[in-house]
Amino acid sequence: MPNASFNEMYAAEGHVRAHYREFDSWLSRQSDDLMRLKRAEADLVFRRVGITFAVYGESAGTERLIPFDVVPRIIPAPEWRQLEAGLRQRVKALNLFLRDVYHEGEIVRAGRIPAEPVFGNSQYRPQMKGVDVPGHIYAHIAGVDIVRADGGGYYVLEDNLRVPSGVSYMLENRRMMMRLFPDLFACNRVAPVEHYPDLLLENLRSVAPVGVDDPTVVLLTPGMYNSAYFEHAFLAQQMGIELVEGKDLFVQDAGVYMRTTRGPMRVDVIYRRIDDDFLDPKVFRSDSALGVTGLLDVYRAGRVTLANAIGTGVADDKSIYPYVPDMIEFYLGEKPLLANVPTYKCRNRDELGYTLENLAQLVVKEVHNAGGYGMLIGPCATRAELDDFRGRLKSNPDNYIAQPTLALSTCPTYVESGLAPRHIDLRPFVLSGQDISMVPGGLTRVALREGSLVVNSSQGGGTKDTWVAG
Amino acid sequence: MLSRTADHLFWMARYVERAENTARMLDVNVTTSLLPISGEASERGWRAMLGISELEPSFDARHAALTGRDVIDFMVRDPDNRSSIYCCLQAARENARAVRGALTTEAWETHNDTWLQLQQHLKGQLLERDPHEFFEWVKFRSHLSRGVTIGTMLRDEALCFIRLGTFLERADNTARILDVKFHGVAPTNGARRAVRETTEEPYLDFYYWAAVLRSVSAFEIYRKVYRDVVTPARVAELLVLRGDLPRSMLASITEVCTNLEQVRNQQSDETLRRAGLLCAELQYGRIDDILDTGLHVFLTSFLLRVNDLGRRISQDFLVP
Repeated sequence: MPNASFNEMYAAEGHVRAHYREFDSWLSRQSDDLMRLKRAEADLVFRRVGITFAVYGESAGTERLIPFDVVPRIIPAPEWRQLEAGLRQRVKALNLFLRDVYHEGEIVRAGRIPAEPVFGNSQYRPQMKGVDVPGHIYAHIAGVDIVRADGGGYYVLEDNLRVPSGVSYMLENRRMMMRLFPDLFACNRVAPVEHYPDLLLENLRSVAPVGVDDPTVVLLTPGMYNSAYFEHAFLAQQMGIELVEGKDLFVQDAGVYMRTTRGPMRVDVIYRRIDDDFLDPKVFRSDSALGVTGLLDVYRAGRVTLANAIGTGVADDKSIYPYVPDMIEFYLGEKPLLANVPTYKCRNRDELGYTLENLAQLVVKEVHNAGGYGMLIGPCATRAELDDFRGRLKSNPDNYIAQPTLALSTCPTYVESGLAPRHIDLRPFVLSGQDISMVPGGLTRVALREGSLVVNSSQGGGTKDTWVAG
Repeated sequence: MLSRTADHLFWMARYVERAENTARMLDVNVTTSLLPISGEASERGWRAMLGISELEPSFDARHAALTGRDVIDFMVRDPDNRSSIYCCLQAARENARAVRGALTTEAWETHNDTWLQLQQHLKGQLLERDPHEFFEWVKFRSHLSRGVTIGTMLRDEALCFIRLGTFLERADNTARILDVKFHGVAPTNGARRAVRETTEEPYLDFYYWAAVLRSVSAFEIYRKVYRDVVTPARVAELLVLRGDLPRSMLASITEVCTNLEQVRNQQSDETLRRAGLLCAELQYGRIDDILDTGLHVFLTSFLLRVNDLGRRISQDFLVP
């Protein structure tokens, strides 16, 4: 296990980093009992407010809290400005890439990215070929996962361009911190994030079909048993738009309508939180009860906007990830401001060889998977697990990429024995429409098990409030 | 608004109201069962309790004998009895959760918190220790959810569908409470007798009708309105025809009409007409005429018409 993790709060034993000094001195004045009470209060409030998520594989209706940690993750403002510039650049390039691969495919023709991982990708949707979307924006909402490694540098781990979630926790965590510790906000200049729903609504309205002046925007959810249902309901409410399920919508006369108590009503923009596969049973999975029959026809005709667009998965797939820096150079003529994690594409014979030789030091990821499933963390794996993955790599190398095990940065976190360092990541949300907009910070996830690098909520991760301060 | 949203709101309100009325009826039965009555009479009371909710068959299917304890458990905490308070509050909360965005934060949290507290109470044996306290709790959670709804929600369609649910359910439940005397008694006793004639123990009859009044929070109101002894005919008049008693059938149907009027759409005219007709009949009806046709007959027909309204509201607005 690498042990030289970057500690966000302490530069060395007993030496607090400048941007944590206020917090540290505040914390030293709080009694353990008070902090325990406040943590219990947070749990109680989250449960009463119903900020819960369902876990797949457990019986329907089982609800769990995502553990919330009261020690904030603080990012100094100048550092954030650099991150923000890098994120804007990256998402801009990803949108240009999506437009390109569904039109001319210039980046492939120029030889910057091989054709196979693009056009042979299961996430590539041929139905989108030649379709023009408003403002040429595909990934309206991007949740880019960023980690800080041992040297203190930031790396992009993953671009989530399909239906990234977590922003409601970012907002609720802030609300909770302000409720629990109002005095903390008086002595720290924390950049606000509460206007996110406003930015999102503005963004969605800006990509309405051409000629629609006052668009009706809805949020399409798979329903209340989906793990992110709280977020769907929360965002719809915060934006004041209808939260619809597939069965509330229907297609008629080349338009999408929702069933209301006063008859059918036209829908212009659908912020969909359903995967491509389930959107239209006529085109994609025919067994989907979540989607709307005929939606794709209306969409292709430009009479309704989907956010995110169909087919964005080809740009955030792990097999495409290694090429994002090339995209930035190709489309923008700029050097990438944010670094990628060095990645070995097992489809290349020598990179596969390296991976097999160094398996115990590497993280191996399956290319089409998300959510921390189907991955191997070499340093933590048993001999049997390593052998198993070695076999899988050899029989289907195209399906994997490998990366060095990053010593993710840590942040002090409350655990049973008190405060202890735990690994964290960061998911800022980037909104693209007429402009690109973001709120400062994002969602910080924390791996609560000692030494664990997996921050996903489905696998026991928690969250923290994220401050851009100073 | 979305039809599905309206449907969830409507049922959310109905389930809360149903839970409240079940608590009211159980509370009254617990009190009357403390009177010096025969075991047979007591059993009749509990059986009537099941009868008004049409639950005798499903209760008998699972219980060999009938005791008050069993009926209370069945009506309060049985997860397999869809009319139990447990199931009603769960369904109310699930409906609220499905449309939490259409509720104010306070309204949603009230429903969610009710559900969480219910589980605590059932685990903590509150029902066994102090049934009255438990039933009061159910009533007050219902008061609270109504109050939060009215006190925080925008006066729009969403509120109308919530109110429709509340009052349609209340009209139904009040009619059933009044009809309870006809359950568990032999049919030969006849409808008129039950209301107009006293039984062999007249003072017990007083307690019975007083309990009916209390179950709809109308005992003190009865005294205020009539300044006289409790007679079954007047109790019936108060619960059926008085527009100023908030839980009466007339008051409930009036609210149904008002709210229907506000959400009317192209197909709802016939529903509105039927609701209006029912309302007018109550408004201009006389208790003597009702008793002449027979209260039980009257109530049975009333329940059918309320059911018809519910079905039509669904058709017109909720599941088009």
